[in-house]
Amino acid sequence: MLLLILKRIGLGLITLFIVSLITFVGVEVLPGDACTTYLEREAYGAALDACIKRLGLDVPAYERYLDWASNVVRGDFGYSLSGEMPINEVLGPRVKNSLVLASVSILIGIPLAIILGIITALWRDKLPDIMISTITIFSMTIPEFISATLLILIVAIWLGWLPGIVIIPSDATFYELLSNIILPVVAISMIMTAHMARMVRSSVIQVMASDYVQMAILKGVPYWKMVFRHVLPNALLPAINVVALTIAWLLGGVVVTEVVFNYPGLGRLVIESISNRDLPVVQALAIILASIYVGINLIADLMTLMLNPRLKSLQIRK
Amino acid sequence: METNLITEDKQKNKLEKAFEILKTMASKPSGLIGLSIVLFHVVLALLSPYIAPYDYKAISPNTMLLAPSAEHWFGTDSLGRDVFTRTILGGRTALTVTFFGSLIALLWGGLLGIFCGLVGGKIDDVVMRVVDAFLSIPWILAMLLIVSLLGTSTEVLIPALGFFYGKGIVRVARAATHDVIAKDFIVSARARGHSNMSIIWNEIIPNVRDAILVEGAMRWSWMLLGFSSLSFLGFGVSPPTPDWGLMISNARGLMSFAYWSVIAPIVGLSSLIIGINLTADAFAKALGIDRSTKAPV
Amino acid sequence: MNEIIESVKNLSIGFNSQKGKQISILRNVSTNIKKGETVGIVGESGSGKSTLALAMMGYIKQGLFPLKGECLFKSKDLLKMSSRQLEKIRGRKIAMIPQNAGQALTPNLKIGYQIDEALKLHTDLNKTERDKKISELLNKVRLPSPETMAFRYPHELSGGQQQRVAVAMALAGKPDLLLLDEPTTGLDVTTQAHVLELLRFIAKDTGTSMIYVSHDLGAIAQVSDRIVVMYAGEIVLEGPARKILKEPIHPYTYGLLKSIPKLSLAGLPASMPGSQPQPGSINEGCSFYDRCNLATDNCKKNSPDLEHIKELDTNVRCFNYKELINQNNNLQTSITKKSNNSEANEVLKLKDVSISYAKQKFFDQLLNKISDQNPTVKDINIDIKKGETIALVGESGSGKSTILKSIAGLLKTKDGQIKFENDRILSSDLKMRNPNDLRAIQLIFQNPDESLNPNHTVEQILSQPLKLYFNLSGEELKKNIIDLLKKVRLGEFYMSRYPRQLSGGEKQRVAVARAFAAKPDIILCDEVTSALDVSVQAAVLNLLQQLKEDLGTTYVFVSHDLAVVRAISDRVAVLYQGRLCEIGPSQNVYKFPSHPYTEVLLGAVLEPDPDIKPKLVAEDIVEEKPPEKGCSFQGRCPRKIGDICNSEIPPWQIGENGNAIRCHINIEELASLQQ
Repeated sequence: MLLLILKRIGLGLITLFIVSLITFVGVEVLPGDACTTYLEREAYGAALDACIKRLGLDVPAYERYLDWASNVVRGDFGYSLSGEMPINEVLGPRVKNSLVLASVSILIGIPLAIILGIITALWRDKLPDIMISTITIFSMTIPEFISATLLILIVAIWLGWLPGIVIIPSDATFYELLSNIILPVVAISMIMTAHMARMVRSSVIQVMASDYVQMAILKGVPYWKMVFRHVLPNALLPAINVVALTIAWLLGGVVVTEVVFNYPGLGRLVIESISNRDLPVVQALAIILASIYVGINLIADLMTLMLNPRLKSLQIRK
Repeated sequence: METNLITEDKQKNKLEKAFEILKTMASKPSGLIGLSIVLFHVVLALLSPYIAPYDYKAISPNTMLLAPSAEHWFGTDSLGRDVFTRTILGGRTALTVTFFGSLIALLWGGLLGIFCGLVGGKIDDVVMRVVDAFLSIPWILAMLLIVSLLGTSTEVLIPALGFFYGKGIVRVARAATHDVIAKDFIVSARARGHSNMSIIWNEIIPNVRDAILVEGAMRWSWMLLGFSSLSFLGFGVSPPTPDWGLMISNARGLMSFAYWSVIAPIVGLSSLIIGINLTADAFAKALGIDRSTKAPV
Repeated sequence: MNEIIESVKNLSIGFNSQKGKQISILRNVSTNIKKGETVGIVGESGSGKSTLALAMMGYIKQGLFPLKGECLFKSKDLLKMSSRQLEKIRGRKIAMIPQNAGQALTPNLKIGYQIDEALKLHTDLNKTERDKKISELLNKVRLPSPETMAFRYPHELSGGQQQRVAVAMALAGKPDLLLLDEPTTGLDVTTQAHVLELLRFIAKDTGTSMIYVSHDLGAIAQVSDRIVVMYAGEIVLEGPARKILKEPIHPYTYGLLKSIPKLSLAGLPASMPGSQPQPGSINEGCSFYDRCNLATDNCKKNSPDLEHIKELDTNVRCFNYKELINQNNNLQTSITKKSNNSEANEVLKLKDVSISYAKQKFFDQLLNKISDQNPTVKDINIDIKKGETIALVGESGSGKSTILKSIAGLLKTKDGQIKFENDRILSSDLKMRNPNDLRAIQLIFQNPDESLNPNHTVEQILSQPLKLYFNLSGEELKKNIIDLLKKVRLGEFYMSRYPRQLSGGEKQRVAVARAFAAKPDIILCDEVTSALDVSVQAAVLNLLQQLKEDLGTTYVFVSHDLAVVRAISDRVAVLYQGRLCEIGPSQNVYKFPSHPYTEVLLGAVLEPDPDIKPKLVAEDIVEEKPPEKGCSFQGRCPRKIGDICNSEIPPWQIGENGNAIRCHINIEELASLQQ
């Protein structure tokens, strides 16, 4: 068991290592280095030399990679070009803000998705299913920027209930954040919930058709007891991994949503740093976002390991 | 339960089969709606240059932000351009780029997936690790970086989108291949001594083709979503080319008093994505594949 | 004794086809279950027997619905009850023992919880009483260490143990009626006999009525008082077990009984033509018309009613049953097969073959050697003569299919050699074999659904070997395909069909044709009939025999079914845990003295005859790995003599008739012990 966990963690680290290679090589291979891209037309003479000196671009690539990677492992991403400040300081508040946005969306989205998924599965092809399924298809296909724009148009502009644009500084307090994130949360969790609800639905339907559920019915187990004891644990277990992948995939959607709402999180930083051609920040963002992805999947793997009786018994025997 | 299909005597040719699938897809309302939407958009994209009432890039200060009227059905935008004209033209780039993008994704993803599923072992491990690593970098970050450094021409967008949306197909193709090669008919072919190429061509591809095609269709709708997000962020189509994502982005700031210039492209884009999605779903169902348990990666 | 517990009246169940037609899979079924009796419902797959059994619990599978009729349990109609009312009856009055307990036990719940759940629902016992009851129940179904068993998950048990847990769970509510849906299918021969014995004991012990649903007349014969025979959704014959099995008066039952291979009979069973019609394809006339040799014009137009024959206490659905009444003395006959020339040359030799599934350790991988000291299959020496049929017999895990794969080159051997024709060593790597050797050895698989590419037509399937080995094309290819189809008794029009459009028997015929397309010297048959219905199995066996006699092919025939092996093989090799136990001409292997394992296997065979009872001589423990040293059968041997069995590999002893036995007990002594 312990071995299995260590193995999963190891695999995650290998993935991150490959990610660091990809981002590093990617930046190397694409035309122009960090300095020429950043300085653009001013990339000559003293300014260029100074920049090259500062980033250490005059040493061979593999040395720079080792240097950079060892710093990253120690949690130091180096200096941002535009702000000329440590990237860590740039990232800190942004990470916190995005974390608040994402976790609130997940906390609302997952339970809602499970409930909707179960309802649609148990009332399969009946009115509740048809209604909810139609809504989920819409909300999962419409891009975040459209739903976000529509939300602003309807809720903020026409109805005037909530502020349409988030106007808080990136170092706002947690409380200030909360009152501003309702619309972004709705926009993000809509698409996520729809995806997950569909998965839960088909997983539950699959389990409902299994021999052991038929057996439970023939044993005289009351309906709801059967649903909770025999169906749900077995239906939700395989859904964990898929849910994790969905969440990770939606990181891209968070970027767009943050831009629409002008929310000071990681997503907007992505756009800002790319517009500013601030490659060191982009590299840092790639590593961080990839770690989040790997982390979420790791958690899902570990949860599956903990909950799966097949693996639990492995633990007892060892 | 209904296995008594002994009535179908003659072998159907490919065309008839495709027609059969289309018929099954259209037999359910959702499939019919999806197909008609996609058909409508494709026809519109082909005909729009001939039926557009105005020049899409004609700026006119006299007609700024006009509300919908008989002259300008969907009103005008902040530069005085006709929104109807721009809306019916706005899907052309997106459709072409994503169609060819998904073709590329389908090709490289499908082939690599089949290859990995077949050889297994160390090579498979390494390839899947690398694919996993690519998967863990948010596509939007990678796309933005590529586009910002290489430019927004279709020659860059199509292969880049094709590459980033092919990873998921690798997984699907690999899993499907895994399922198939465990079957006895592959064992039988191997025991007879058929070459690997002949096994891939005769035994594996016919059996994984459906799963990969469905995945490709699904990926088309996601790519459309991704591409329009790029446009929206200003990293897709460059102005003044009409594009829904870009139009929404431009008109967004003024929507408190000129909502029409936002609504029209929103309807255009949403309907196309939903149409492709419904079609892909119906396609999957017609081929007997359940794909709702999969994550959108 | 005569009180009726449940009665089914004119029950029809059906579904709506995609074209909107109503298709019935049960038609007008009526029967009564009396208190304390065991009724066997027998039929092939698709006969509607499971649907009937489930309906008797008031359960209709999704997609199906009752068309008419009723299921009266204690004179209340189960089909009209609310789910609340049914919850009170299911598990308490009527309990179910499912076909595949491995899938019918909820995977995330411990055994103890699942039994406790039934107790909580259906008894008034408190917690401590229930705990006591759980171990009592687990004891009753003869599970080892019932205390710890309750804390285990279903997947930690063997198939036989899971089935016992299902029995315990069904008994928890003390039901009046037990429904058993193929409860022993999928279990090993010896386990199956043990579970059946347990069920029989429980029926006697508790006085519960039982409905035993199975396709296996052998199992049905062991437990039933009365037998109901189903065909294409109808009851065709119903009566006391002995009467049905000894003097069947319906042509289907008569043919079915004749088509079952029996241990007591050498030679091939008679086969029945055709296969069971699909639901919805019968319009008028008797549903058995196509396959019946008593059929008249009347049978084609009118369908017979279930007729009660007083003197036999039997119901029969046939116009011409009288013709069978006097014919029944020839049930015990079989087709004698041409025996092969024993002087023939050896065509294939296995010499000291060992095969290991163990993963190579890292260092061994570098040195390219397999270090497993205790391989899955070890020291196999078999010489196979040209034109003979040699059978490899054993339960799951005996390594019989593994050996087959090695011969085909699909699995590498660890040690030893496989020699083909004139002692030429065949490479254990498929890619190193020359095309002619590949052609000479062909495989037929267990399940034709998996061995035929679902996306190819029969023509494409058969053209593969013809193109590969003989480079045929065009008209010549087509002519060859038609010839092959003719050989396996399929018409030319099958060429354009896809596998899904064929019945199980037809698919297997195509697989046979594909193997013969290569004009092979040796055909390896891996459980080729075990996925088929009994009536179809006999036809495939006869076909294989016919082809062999015509073409002089050699068969290596792997099977778990001793009766099938008896029917087709010239020589038998018995395997346990990848080691040979006994080998010899089949008539001798099936006679004593034999290896103790062969004895156990023979004792556990279920014959469709109420007078032949299985003899249970060994425990049905599941062994996961062969023992490190000594005799492979030491763990279960009923005749174990002591330490020597654990420490030394037993010697080969040759009996009078040439069968070799590997045992520490002297062969004469074995003979006298087994008399």
